[in-house]
Amino acid sequence: MSRDVYVFAEQRDGELQKVGIELVGKARELADDLGQQVAAVLLGSGVKDKAQELIACGADKVVVVDDVMLKEYVTEPYTKALTAVINAKDPEIVLYGASSIGRDLAPRVSARIHTGLTADCTALEIDEETKLLMMTRPAFGGNIMATIVCEDFRPQMATVRPGVMKALESDASRSGEVEEFKVEFSAADMNVKVRETVKTAHKSVDITEAKILVSGGRGIGSADKFKMLEELADVMEGEVSSSRACVDSGWISADRQVGQTGKTVRPELYLACGISGAIQHAAGMENSEFIVAINRDEDAPIFDIADLGIVGDLNTIVPKLTEAVKALKAK
Amino acid sequence: MVEFKLTKEQLLAQQMFKDFAETEIKPIARDMDETEEFSMDLLEKMKKFGIMGIPYSKEYGGEGADVLTYTLCMEEMSKVDASTGITISVHTSLCCSCINDFASEEQKQKFLRPLVDGSKVGCFGLTEPGAGTDASGVKTSAVLDGDHYVLNGQKVFTTNSGFADTFIIFAMTDKSAGTRGMSAFIVDRNTPGLEVSKNIPRMGIRAASNCEVALVDVRVPKENVIAGEGKGYKIAMSALAGGRIGIGAQSVGIAQGALDEAIKYVKERKQFGKPISKFQNTQFLIAELQVKIDAARLMVWRAAKAKDDHENYAPLAASCKLFASDVAVEVTRAAVQLLGGYGYSREYPVERMYRDAKITEIYEGTSEAMKMIVGGGLLR
Amino acid sequence: MKIVVCAKQVPDTTEVKLDPKTNTLIRDGVPSIINPDDKAGIEAALQLKEKCPGSTVTVVSMGPPQADVALREALAMGCDDAVLVSDRAFGGADTWATSSTIAAAIKKLDFDVIITGRQAIDGDTAQVGPQIAEHLGIPQVSYVEDLNVEGEDTLIVQRQFEDRHQIIEVKTPCLITALAELADPRYMTVHGAFDAYREKEVKVWGLADLEDTIDQANIGLKGSPTRVKKSFTKQAKGAGTILKDLSADEAVASIVGKLQEKHII
Repeated sequence: MSRDVYVFAEQRDGELQKVGIELVGKARELADDLGQQVAAVLLGSGVKDKAQELIACGADKVVVVDDVMLKEYVTEPYTKALTAVINAKDPEIVLYGASSIGRDLAPRVSARIHTGLTADCTALEIDEETKLLMMTRPAFGGNIMATIVCEDFRPQMATVRPGVMKALESDASRSGEVEEFKVEFSAADMNVKVRETVKTAHKSVDITEAKILVSGGRGIGSADKFKMLEELADVMEGEVSSSRACVDSGWISADRQVGQTGKTVRPELYLACGISGAIQHAAGMENSEFIVAINRDEDAPIFDIADLGIVGDLNTIVPKLTEAVKALKAK
Repeated sequence: MVEFKLTKEQLLAQQMFKDFAETEIKPIARDMDETEEFSMDLLEKMKKFGIMGIPYSKEYGGEGADVLTYTLCMEEMSKVDASTGITISVHTSLCCSCINDFASEEQKQKFLRPLVDGSKVGCFGLTEPGAGTDASGVKTSAVLDGDHYVLNGQKVFTTNSGFADTFIIFAMTDKSAGTRGMSAFIVDRNTPGLEVSKNIPRMGIRAASNCEVALVDVRVPKENVIAGEGKGYKIAMSALAGGRIGIGAQSVGIAQGALDEAIKYVKERKQFGKPISKFQNTQFLIAELQVKIDAARLMVWRAAKAKDDHENYAPLAASCKLFASDVAVEVTRAAVQLLGGYGYSREYPVERMYRDAKITEIYEGTSEAMKMIVGGGLLR
Repeated sequence: MKIVVCAKQVPDTTEVKLDPKTNTLIRDGVPSIINPDDKAGIEAALQLKEKCPGSTVTVVSMGPPQADVALREALAMGCDDAVLVSDRAFGGADTWATSSTIAAAIKKLDFDVIITGRQAIDGDTAQVGPQIAEHLGIPQVSYVEDLNVEGEDTLIVQRQFEDRHQIIEVKTPCLITALAELADPRYMTVHGAFDAYREKEVKVWGLADLEDTIDQANIGLKGSPTRVKKSFTKQAKGAGTILKDLSADEAVASIVGKLQEKHII
């Protein structure tokens, strides 16, 4: 009988990735609804000491496969290890971050153990009646949402984009079990050779981590206006992000793009400046806690999702807002 | 009656033209107009993807498609930039057709192949300061001297001349014989004495290259005469008759491009509390314009199909050019009006399209000349 | 080198709009295109062919009969052969059933390298490539942004991650999934468009053609572990406060007030 909610707790260079922690938080909720436990699976080399962190964030149990073969992410050894854990534990649910690792590993695992996989979910819940995992995800470029179920195969598996789920507050007093799980590897499992790993040289700002985003769209008019937005973001201790239009125009780098083809963000404040709020953009930011929109066009769809909308000229409002916040912080 | 439908091959090629025009030309069209310079980078891409040899046989390195497909290309390119349209048209319809339709096998292998396989670009030198609609007024002379003809004279408004490699030059080998004394020569750009001067400033199609060409003691090998002495006028008239199908397609493209811009705009623009597309005046006008474009397009296709079927296409080509060029001017004028002040501004492309449209009533035979052909045929 | 490239015909989702009155998708007039990542994969395959003389590129697509035109486009770009995997029995497949069907088709072809796009814009799952690799039991490298050949049977690929990239050596046979950055797709040529219909062929393989390589339990709706329970258009969040006709100072005051109220500043 399948049991428990498992989370693939991704680590890179021995550091747990935020998305794994977020998923443990979500798994906690799902497991509570099922009356089952949360288990995190930690694959790596010399990573066992990270297990406590996962417990503090909501895991009841951490299954650790610690092997030098797992030092760096390579598809086959990771697939073999995770498949072995799944086959041994028979989980009800397995969740993965929809990162470039999770999206490589999860489909390979799903094909190997023959079960379903739902990609890039934005909502996960347990159906009260059937106890099935209801996996909701955007489709058609974010134009529609679909709720997917996996009835006859176990585990039910999903990937979730970073930033979508909310991590629980870390609580060091929580306790849980750490299990070391042994997987027999052979040299043949390393079926590709990593010649070189290069950390991306430019510090790519992770807008999904920012609590406050000041975001610019086509309506700001030109690339140099981002300077104005940066000044506001600086005084608010936030980051600058953008719609696709500005990235396409070369006004700002692609790693700052929010939306269907960019990143999904859910900051505490999303300040949309000159963003019309087309559906592709809204898909990436509508779950922000609080949305303020400044736009000259009162019919812009951004006002349909804004908590506070200002119909006006951002060129005069933004600098004054920067001054006002600066004055407030000086107090 | 056969069906009014493009073949699968034509539809696929049309999709390629659309992709190419949207991606490669649309983003630079305004800039090319402003700087009055055709992008050599764009020209290289056009050569690479077979846009310069569409209706010519694969046997000579061409694309092996038909005239109808060529009109689809002309329409799609001209939708976003009429200057690109005329660049393709003069090369394809005027220069290459003279060789393809009249030259010897040896000449085709030597001169047509590089033109249609994307190596070289051609132009067509007929018009002179004193010879426009009345092409019999050509004064450029060609005198035989041993194995060479020596050409002297002046050509004007020679499209593509700024960058073309191969020139078709029409010159008089026998001034006393009238049009029967005109001959067509294939002249390499690098021949000493052939001087291309600066681009002539113009109202529209400003990115196209339209220069004056001076010929001073230009020595052209005897074997570069097409179809022998005295055939020049016939060759020129034949090339122009076919060229008009391309200009008809260009006109349709300019018109459709402008109307598409206007349709997009009227749906967004609000006045008196609603999008201006909701006003009946707008709806009626858009409907009338689209119907005219459709009619023009069908006339272009009819002429192209006749040429593909080796029927007498000349009167059909004249009719389609006469009508389509008129439609282009009317639609672009209306498009500017629909966009109002923004239409008149250079931020939007319709003012350029309006300026570009006018030439279609003038070159490769004016509208008056087209009426002479159509009317003359009817009243014979 | 025998190169197989997988391509999907998709609706151009950037052209899909919602009917504001009925809140339903307007599908009419939405053009069908080759999925952009797959098109980069086709280009990468053609470049690989140019690097390794004597190679062939076979493009494989699963879809309805109308997907023929997407394959013709691939042929017009320069692919040598095309296979359309099409049968009513394959309909309604999720990624698992899709990948097992495509893998069954690829088993009937000779291949050294399989290239798929990273993901398709209508589903964005990024699953089918890795799943095909698993069904075929060959190594995969996904998120590939650069591709080179070394010797007879080794690919050197650059694999992208969010914060790094790896240079990976992989022996053929293998599968890679292409990012759009991998290669900028070429245009069809005009003669290519004509040859695609006149000189080349799109083979259509149905269930009967795949009998010996396919497990009928793993195809179509029935062979799909997941199914769509419901689909819906997103409801806009409850209306917020919209202020207009106010001075810049008033606007700033209202924003600052609200942010303080929410303890954001």
